[in-house]
Amino acid sequence: MAPPPAEKVRTMFELLGIPPQALFGQLLLGLINGSFYALLSLGLAVIFGLLNIINFAHGAQYMMGAFVAWMLLNYIGIGYWWALILSPLIVGATGVIIERLMISRLYKLDHLYGLLLTFGLALIIQGLFRDQYGISGLPYQIPSQLAGGQNLGFMFLPNYRGWVVVASLVICLSTWYVIERTRLGAYLRAATENPTLVGAFGVNVPRMITLTYGFGVALAALAGVLAAPIYSVNPNMGADLIIVVFAVVVIGGMGSIMGAIITGFGLGLVEGLTRVFYPEASSVVIFVIMAIVLLVKPAGLFGREA
Amino acid sequence: MTDASGSLLTVENLQGWYGESHVLHGMNLHVREGEVVTLLGRNGAGKTTTILALMGILAKRTGSIRFAGTETIGLAARQIARLGMAIVPEERGIFASLSVEENLMLPPTIKPGGIGVEQIFELFPNLRERLTSQGTKLSGGEQQMLAIARVLRTGSRMILMDEPTEGLAPVIVQQIGRTISRLKEQGFTIVLVEQNFRFAASVADRHYVVEQGRVIDEIANAELERNMDKLHGYLGV
Repeated sequence: MAPPPAEKVRTMFELLGIPPQALFGQLLLGLINGSFYALLSLGLAVIFGLLNIINFAHGAQYMMGAFVAWMLLNYIGIGYWWALILSPLIVGATGVIIERLMISRLYKLDHLYGLLLTFGLALIIQGLFRDQYGISGLPYQIPSQLAGGQNLGFMFLPNYRGWVVVASLVICLSTWYVIERTRLGAYLRAATENPTLVGAFGVNVPRMITLTYGFGVALAALAGVLAAPIYSVNPNMGADLIIVVFAVVVIGGMGSIMGAIITGFGLGLVEGLTRVFYPEASSVVIFVIMAIVLLVKPAGLFGREA
Repeated sequence: MTDASGSLLTVENLQGWYGESHVLHGMNLHVREGEVVTLLGRNGAGKTTTILALMGILAKRTGSIRFAGTETIGLAARQIARLGMAIVPEERGIFASLSVEENLMLPPTIKPGGIGVEQIFELFPNLRERLTSQGTKLSGGEQQMLAIARVLRTGSRMILMDEPTEGLAPVIVQQIGRTISRLKEQGFTIVLVEQNFRFAASVADRHYVVEQGRVIDEIANAELERNMDKLHGYLGV
């Protein structure tokens, strides 16, 4: 008599020498990381697409999202669910101010100037938070509705981590839908190609650019709120992540919305699998892939050749 | 709204620059409501620059442009568009990342009274069949039709067309000519930049000859035959 399917799967894992709990645990961790890579690289892609600005402040803005959630809770008692809305709005508004006062002065210059400005901003923002809150990290509790987890048989799934994956998938796909399938998105795509002509049709392109930057920053802040209960709220949390996220964006292709989403989740999983099969390479695997992609397809997996 | 002289568009002493390069040297022209007026001239004479200046796309410009009763010399392109002026740009300006339908529906409605989508499909039947195609996958002629069609929807009554027949097959040129004539019948005012003066003669009421960034002559279409030698001289034909 043939063994039952569950028995077959267990035998397969035994042959590979990997306990299924470890494999699925790392895959889940990869998926969580991938969720943050996708959300952050999506924001970067949206901003780069329309503004041609490589927003190096993105990591700092992600950190600000987590800190604003922490402040809302600890200073005025506003909890996680409201923070999910308020923190992106507040941090997005700071993005609007930064775009109007500083970034808008650089559009006629080389990309490098925008990168340098936003890099400087990131250092200033991180420095201010480090000065105020130190670097040891601040705790942020998982909301009570999402405490605990589910035993799936082959692994234990913490509810909050499941929520992060689902929420970021929904946010990413909604953003993709708006940009690729709606009239507003058509304006954005057209303005990415030829802002002068879109302006000559009567569309207020400067305002659209400002709001797009604000939206990209709000996405980073939203990722920060989602991250707050998983990682400690720390001034360096964005700086640690942003380098990997830039690698993700380069692999996906600068400015490609779906590329950012697929690459974000995909590379999170690849990183998780590497942690199982060859742990020593897990921290560099994304950069190795980036180097290969740059050599073979410089515009990125989903980018258009210039 | 026309001014005291009955013109919808009056341009006086229009100067224009690309960076430090002075390109327009005092253009003067006027266009009455419902007229089709062409700007003729050799390459580099300043015809396209004039169109860009009228539309507010040329950033550095001085002089006076009065359109529909409003001085537009200091306005941004989007504000001029909102007054009811639209552009069909050189090389069509079709967006590669948008489908034909998205390209068609892109310009927002400025005023009521634009041509409906069904009527547009009557003018350009090819577009109906290609709605889901990528905009730049259309043939050159179809792209030109799309570039004209999308501004007809907006309710703008003045259309600036920059070389709409450039590089197109004669049969398509004829179709564009018929379209311009129909638009004229419907009361549209059109400023047309053209190198092909035979095409211009078939659709226009008047012609301005442009050289070195200024108007050097004005010829009514009815007098074109009589002035053919002079025109050949201007255009170097």
